[in-house]
Amino acid sequence: MDADNTSSDAAVGLTAESLSPGRMAFRRFVRHRGALVSSIILGTMILFVILAPFTARYGVNEAVFKTSIENPNQFLSPRGIAWLGTDDIGRDLYSRLIYGLRVSIFIGLAAAFFGTVLGVTIGAIAGLRGGWIDDVLMRVTDLFLAFPFLVTLLVLRSVMSSVSWLEPFVGKPTSIRFVIVLFVLFGWMGVARLMRGQVLALKEREFVEAARALGAGPVRIVVRHLLPNAIGPILVALTFAVSSAIIGEATLGFFGYGPQPGAGSTSLGKLVGGAKGALLPGYWWLVVFPCVLLVLSTLCVNFIGDGLRDATDPKLDGTR
Amino acid sequence: MTENVLSLRDFRVTFPTLFGDVQAVRGVDLDVRAGEILGVVGESGSGKSVTFLGVMGLLPKSARISGSATVGDTELVGASSRIMREVRGRRVAMIFQDPLSALNPTHRIGDQIVEMIQAHNKVSTKAAMSRAIELLAEVGIPQPAERARQYPHEFSGGMRQRVMIAMAIANDPEVLIADEPTTALDVTVQAQILEILQRIQSELNAAVVLITHDLGVVARVADRVQGMYAGRVVERGSVESVYDHPSHPYTRGLLQSLPTVGRERLQPIPGAPPNMMDPPSGCAFRVRCPHAIERCADEMPSLLPVGDVESACWRADELSKVVGA
Amino acid sequence: MLRFVVRRLLWAVPMVLIVTFLVYVALRVGTNPLASYLRVNQRASAKKIQQYIETNGLYEGFGGYLRGYFQWLQGFVTFDWPRSIKGSREVWPEFRDAMMNTLRLGLTATGIGILIGLSLGVFVALKPGGLRDTTVNTGAFVAISTPPYVSALILQLVFAVYWNRWFGSSLLPTSGVYPPGNRGFDLFLMIKHMVLPVTVVVIQIVAVYTRYMRASLLEVLNSEYMRTARSKGISERRVLVRHALRNALIPIVTVAAIDIGAILGGLIITERIFSYPGLGDFFLGAYDNGDFPQMMPWMFFFTLVVIFFNLVADVSYAVLDPRIRLGR
Repeated sequence: MDADNTSSDAAVGLTAESLSPGRMAFRRFVRHRGALVSSIILGTMILFVILAPFTARYGVNEAVFKTSIENPNQFLSPRGIAWLGTDDIGRDLYSRLIYGLRVSIFIGLAAAFFGTVLGVTIGAIAGLRGGWIDDVLMRVTDLFLAFPFLVTLLVLRSVMSSVSWLEPFVGKPTSIRFVIVLFVLFGWMGVARLMRGQVLALKEREFVEAARALGAGPVRIVVRHLLPNAIGPILVALTFAVSSAIIGEATLGFFGYGPQPGAGSTSLGKLVGGAKGALLPGYWWLVVFPCVLLVLSTLCVNFIGDGLRDATDPKLDGTR
Repeated sequence: MTENVLSLRDFRVTFPTLFGDVQAVRGVDLDVRAGEILGVVGESGSGKSVTFLGVMGLLPKSARISGSATVGDTELVGASSRIMREVRGRRVAMIFQDPLSALNPTHRIGDQIVEMIQAHNKVSTKAAMSRAIELLAEVGIPQPAERARQYPHEFSGGMRQRVMIAMAIANDPEVLIADEPTTALDVTVQAQILEILQRIQSELNAAVVLITHDLGVVARVADRVQGMYAGRVVERGSVESVYDHPSHPYTRGLLQSLPTVGRERLQPIPGAPPNMMDPPSGCAFRVRCPHAIERCADEMPSLLPVGDVESACWRADELSKVVGA
Repeated sequence: MLRFVVRRLLWAVPMVLIVTFLVYVALRVGTNPLASYLRVNQRASAKKIQQYIETNGLYEGFGGYLRGYFQWLQGFVTFDWPRSIKGSREVWPEFRDAMMNTLRLGLTATGIGILIGLSLGVFVALKPGGLRDTTVNTGAFVAISTPPYVSALILQLVFAVYWNRWFGSSLLPTSGVYPPGNRGFDLFLMIKHMVLPVTVVVIQIVAVYTRYMRASLLEVLNSEYMRTARSKGISERRVLVRHALRNALIPIVTVAAIDIGAILGGLIITERIFSYPGLGDFFLGAYDNGDFPQMMPWMFFFTLVVIFFNLVADVSYAVLDPRIRLGR
């Protein structure tokens, strides 16, 4: 932290009396225009997805009309009855995108949430206990994070689907639950490292010392003192975990290892995967729209994460 | 009267921030005379550091600077980068508060001093290095030749500050600005650094601006003192007269909050420095001042002579007659 | 310094063994080589099965895994690699060719990508907060949020499929190293085939390194020694090059060495889409067939690479940053 900012901060008297921390964070977030626009776009998307029965024009597997030789419904380019065109068996791409995004967002949120909870727990234990637990954990996560993520995911996936007694817990390899468990197992490491760093930094601070001196146990110290102080970075990590889970599902789906959400559903990964076959014949809408939706949703989540990072970082007040 | 080597007139610095403009310095007039040590005192956030960083053009680009600052005949406000380069390090040199972060951690000590020398003199690196080693010896660093090859983290805090001083005097500057040079150091090391500063000052006959919040430091080494509050100079004069007859309530408050033999209780100044985004009208100190009257809110007092000192207070005359402190 | 490197190297040996053993167990469990073998050789006799188990060390239980691992390791280091399950082919020649192809693609893309990324990072860090910063930052964000297969699909759609429709022939090929039927070495054709995959990887690398460089340089620019450097009266150019850039690059070198996994991850995906016969394509092919004898050398090789670059990261940091070199 440079002295210019501290001295000017001090000069401002930017203390609790002028603006509450929450309000200041909110202002910083709103200043981040990308984050603001992204929140609006993502909010709209979530609304569309929740209201899928109303916003979608057809069912997931419903053809736009009954096909016949002289009037085929496959691979129709965008038009009135199918705003974004139809796929190989005449289903409306627009409606399928809404249903697919629904599943992808669900996977993203669930995987990010459970992964973060697991990561925070493990990171807190490593940070508080130190010693060999800490060493082993950091070495393992180092290597895990260093491997190409697709390789790690695929190896994890094959192990999880081969151990038969795991099936009651993780479900079939093609189920959504399986993918979520996979991402949780894969995603906790980054958060654990972060939480460990936070714990190590905060552990020596006076207020934690004071709490310990007053006889607070480790769980109480973590929950009451460390977590609230580390909540900013954790929230940011959680947001980025959502986008990496959405991308992860899409990647698995694209290469044919993703979930098969069953007859009533689809996912962004399946839809993006479907683009492969549409490429050479030139059915551009089947390539462009799923890709754009995937990029747009992850971009929005990433921007919101970036905005949250700015919002929880008072260093940035002096600039701009 | 001796000549002024550094003069500020109506010097102002404003920082635009997310939450509004911060008026860090609000019209400072100040003269530094050749060969004197001028102490600039104030609480943190009073604008004392910002003033001099602004003079040197070392503030972030977003800072808005107005008024006038001259070194000899050279105007620095709005000066070209070529002129600023000639002034920096050659005519005015700076010493910073925290020498560990002020020295580049990846460059050797000797190289950092050589860079300073070669910035203003066309000499070979070899000659510059032997001059750098001389300088290190001059500020009392033992085994200067070996130490010159080391990195900042291998030095103790006091030694690092000596390095900063050696670097600052490399080109015989007219003015040496020392920004809280002893704040980060132990008391014993503080005394050594102050001694070196004093010795260097008398050898080079350079003017020294000593920025500090420590009135004790000022009393020990300075010739004159300026008190700053909320981006303005509130009182100035020779160290003896200001310490004996403080005529501004803020300076009085500062002196009363110092521990002295025989005083039973310290009297802190109540309240906190004002929000500089929206400073109080009139005299900025009035909200904390025990002697404030209505006029203080309406008109901003300017520096006027009161006895031996100059004071920016409407009631300075009355207050200087009360034997306080 | 030397002691530090030697100590890290000695640490790396047990690390490689432990990690590759874990990988071995994971692959044995995950791919079940015996089942894959039986799938391909459905009429193998009990004797043949027993023989296969013994030559490949496919014993059961923890002790069995340990024994099997060392048997595999011995074969691996003496270049007596087990043959692939599908087609019973030699693994090494295919692996070697794939590695060469990946190196060619990866080095080209990494070189171009890091160069552009670092320059862009410097370019924006010098003027933060303006239109330039916003544009590049947003661009980098879009690129980071775009998986490589998406950019690949769009590029293929425009430069191959639709170019062909509009102008009668596609501008760039979308798959392989050479057109089908080509024999021998042809530099021009090779480069032409590399343009699209390299572009895809470069986009990713540029986005990541632009952000790294921007953040690192901004941090340095805000540090107090920059103010000291300016207070000396040296030229702004010298301040930036000698003080800012040099110090900003130190963490980047380390990050680059650790990041090698992410770059390889992008390569794997890219190779698959462009049917580029590299290590990524090799791995995914082996994964689909559950071909343990092909996957295990691959994983071993990657573990070596990852641990080696982790080592490089540590050592380079110590070499470049004097605070660590002579510190403890």
